[in-house]
Amino acid sequence: MAEIVVVGAGPAGINATERLCAHGHRVVLVDEGRQAGGQGYRRPSPGLDLDMAALMGTEAGKYEALHARFARLLPLIDYRPQTLVWAVEDNMLHVVQAGVASTLRFDVLVLATGAMDKVAPFPGWTLPGVFTLGGAQVALKDQGCLIGRRVAFLGSSPLLALAAAQYRKLGCEIVAIADTTPFASKLAALPALAQSPRTLWRGLSYLAGAMLAGVPVLHGVTPVEVVGDGHVEALILRDRRGRERHFSCDAIALGYGLKPETQLAELAGATLRFDEAFRLWLPQCDADGRAAPGLYLAGDGAAIGGADAAEASGGLVAMAVLADLGESVDERARLELRRRLARLRGFQKGLAKAFTWPVAQIRALPDEVMLCRCEEVRIGEVRQAMAQQLGPVEINRVKAMTRCGMGRCQGRVCGPALQEIVAGAAGVAGEQAGRLRAQAPVKPIALCVAGEAP
Amino acid sequence: MSRHTADVVIVGGGLIGVWTAFFLARRKQRVVLIEKGVVGAQSSGTNFGNLRLQGRFPGQYPLSLRSQALWEEIEALIGEDCEFAQTGHLYLAYDDEERAKLEGYAQVSESHGLTIERLGPSDLRKRWPWLSEQAVAATFSARDATANPRLVTPAVARAARALGVTIIENACVTDVERSSGGFSVKTADGAHWSSSALVNAAGAWAVAIAERFGETAPIIPAGPPQFVTEPFPYLVEPSIQSVDGSVIFRQIPRGNIILAGYPRTAADPVNHRAPVPPAKTLAAMRALARVAPILAQCHVIRVWSGIEGYLPDMIPVIGPSLTMPGLFHAFGFCGHGFQIGPGVGLCLSEMIVEGATSTPLEPFSIGRFRESVAVSEKFRKEFDGA
Ligand SMILES: Cc1cc2nc3c(=O)[nH]c(=O)nc-3n(C[C@H](O)[C@H](O)[C@H](O)COP(=O)(O)OP(=O)(O)OC[C@H]3O[C@@H](n4cnc5c(N)ncnc54)[C@H](O)[C@@H]3O)c2cc1C
Ligand SMILES: Cc1cc2nc3c(=O)[nH]c(=O)nc-3n(C[C@H](O)[C@H](O)[C@H](O)COP(=O)(O)OP(=O)(O)OC[C@H]3O[C@@H](n4cnc5c(N)ncnc54)[C@H](O)[C@@H]3O)c2cc1C
Repeated sequence: MAEIVVVGAGPAGINATERLCAHGHRVVLVDEGRQAGGQGYRRPSPGLDLDMAALMGTEAGKYEALHARFARLLPLIDYRPQTLVWAVEDNMLHVVQAGVASTLRFDVLVLATGAMDKVAPFPGWTLPGVFTLGGAQVALKDQGCLIGRRVAFLGSSPLLALAAAQYRKLGCEIVAIADTTPFASKLAALPALAQSPRTLWRGLSYLAGAMLAGVPVLHGVTPVEVVGDGHVEALILRDRRGRERHFSCDAIALGYGLKPETQLAELAGATLRFDEAFRLWLPQCDADGRAAPGLYLAGDGAAIGGADAAEASGGLVAMAVLADLGESVDERARLELRRRLARLRGFQKGLAKAFTWPVAQIRALPDEVMLCRCEEVRIGEVRQAMAQQLGPVEINRVKAMTRCGMGRCQGRVCGPALQEIVAGAAGVAGEQAGRLRAQAPVKPIALCVAGEAP
Repeated sequence: MSRHTADVVIVGGGLIGVWTAFFLARRKQRVVLIEKGVVGAQSSGTNFGNLRLQGRFPGQYPLSLRSQALWEEIEALIGEDCEFAQTGHLYLAYDDEERAKLEGYAQVSESHGLTIERLGPSDLRKRWPWLSEQAVAATFSARDATANPRLVTPAVARAARALGVTIIENACVTDVERSSGGFSVKTADGAHWSSSALVNAAGAWAVAIAERFGETAPIIPAGPPQFVTEPFPYLVEPSIQSVDGSVIFRQIPRGNIILAGYPRTAADPVNHRAPVPPAKTLAAMRALARVAPILAQCHVIRVWSGIEGYLPDMIPVIGPSLTMPGLFHAFGFCGHGFQIGPGVGLCLSEMIVEGATSTPLEPFSIGRFRESVAVSEKFRKEFDGA
């Protein structure tokens, strides 16, 4: 029987595993996290008494259902939590579990690795107290902590309003929800968003709730600066009329949507292509998630789509695996899932239009702004390196010359902004700036995990 | 089709090509350097950055020392800082056989005027208390140095350009011929150059050019895997190497530790890939933890390798073609071309302009491959049955 390994125990990975199990397959489910659930349906740390029903709001039912399904699945699978996949080579995953490196063979690999925050730098963004939006949610769900008592939510993402609502529920003061995208682009995206009326309604209700509570909701802002002496004290923005606005706060949650975790897919042989809507390099796969022979991608790691799309794509990928193994699948169910996924991802394309990545704002950032936090490289250093004779014009050469993207995160954080700075300075389209290639280890691994020679 | 003339055309914008261009320009030659990608992006830009004098092929010392003298004045020479640092090189032995090998290396180095310190376990503990206690002996050469390979080649290229060298990037040489008028060099984009001399400094791709003139060498494209850790408080001043070849490492002032592991891995010069197998990453991590247990919690954040030409005797080809007057080869640097790069460029410029160089280069003649050469022990040990 084919050895099937699923990486990622979020809604996509759990759904794929469940369906494969239902067909009698033994699945190894590997996840870096301590508990199943992934990012959106993250469970609180054991022993922490957190009212998840209140926190999850309208999604509480789905949250409960996913965890209940996982509990039923658990005895049937080989589940390996706290296991990082750091490399893929041929038909072998290289993993680190409990501080020990080992390998895991597979015939079929399903990657449901989810996403991480996409952020753009601006003056002062490295000051303590500035968190990524997802990080702010992790602090909340994992530990029941708030990142501050008076928090500003800044960026361009539907999750800004969601996270702000969650924070408000736990008694946090929201000093502003500030979006860099003009309101007009949101209106223009409405037809696409109407494909998923329920989600659209949910998003609007978060915003309406915030406005009713008197939270300033701004569109079309330009981030000016974070000020503070050793810690965030205020956020300064320019509003759409060009007026400078000052919001005093003790923390900022910063997010410009999500960015798929594509490194493993790339190492496993997926082809990446620059996507103009998301302005990211995304793995290519067919409608069912096939990326290469034996390689399947599901969930946010394949295309940002949110939890519902992640579940649907997990199911579709499982069907693709089954079909490719020569087993019969329910064609009607498959068509229905394809339709559902297309609609949900269509909605997401609409979101990408409504909440755009502020290309012009990033390209216009001043030289002093820190671009790469790991290696402490400022934007001016990149521009200077590129301006000299025989200087780099492509993103990997820029990395080689300036160390930008060479640190602990390997460009996972600064990559998208670096792409814009390089493209801007070279005067080329985003795609022509090139792509930071994935290298194993996809995340840092300690020398001691290698252990003694066998 | 555009036609141009020059005194010398150089194929390949790696370290060897740019240094040769630089010294030729100082000798008032009109030089054109043609690079298929960008300057310094291949092995010259991916290497470990070591300028090691200990333990080299004995016949290479005159060249190597001439080169080190150039490195020691690099900033004055090219007008840019390339993070050259004379931090020394420490060789470690773990048993008596290795100790004897170190002693052999030391005597060769000393016969060429280098100062080599011999250290026992207690000296090692005193000087570098964090080193594992397993080493039984070590030698230290203070003159050995490092530089930043990512910066050097473009910087030398800029210096060469300032002296009048024409540097053409993103132009692949597809055709070279010799007629009565000299060499005729064509690039993929249709440009056409003629010159009286031609330098083949095309790295792992150089044999294709040699073969056009009826010469060859058994080159193998490969690269030693390289790794870098997250920054760690600054601790390791010299480059440290186990003489068994399992690991070499150094620390940059920013704190990252750079290490290289062996054996070397075959690379794909057609698709420009030099993958590092995960098992090698683990092996190198183990080897480093063995030498410096204090680093056990340090994380490896990135790996890479490069595409370089290796020859079975682990000695490069440097010098005139034996079939075609005016053609000069400089390739197959077998993992140590960074250190001798400036010297190679200087010697080639002397040969081309003055007709001879005072540095003995006979051991590097391409003629040695007319017969089968002995395979070096290093090649056998430090390669994956490539
Ligand atoms: C920080 C964060 C917070 C979010 N919060 C919300 C929210 O509150 N509400 C909402 O609707 N959406 C939220 N989202 C969006 C959310 O990602 C999706 O809606 C949904 O979780 C996607 O499901 P998925 O199965 O594709 O991936 P995920 O749920 O993200 O699951 C991916 C899993 O893969 C694992 N993984 C990744 N790489 C490796 C590796 N190399 N080795 C081993 N395991 C690996 C991860 O640990 C994770 O458990 C959040 C996203 C992020 C990044
Ligand atoms: C990972 C690694 C670590 C190393 N560590 C060290 C070290 O610590 N110390 C040390 O001394 N040495 C080291 N070396 C060796 C050293 O890097 C090389 O010997 C040296 O860089 C070789 O320089 P080069 O100019 O011959 O080759 P390259 O830098 O490879 O340059 C050759 C150039 O020719 C170009 N080219 C090829 N064909 C054509 C064509 N047809 N038309 C136009 N252009 C062409 C290529 O694109 C390339 O840029 C290491 C090598 C590697 C790969």
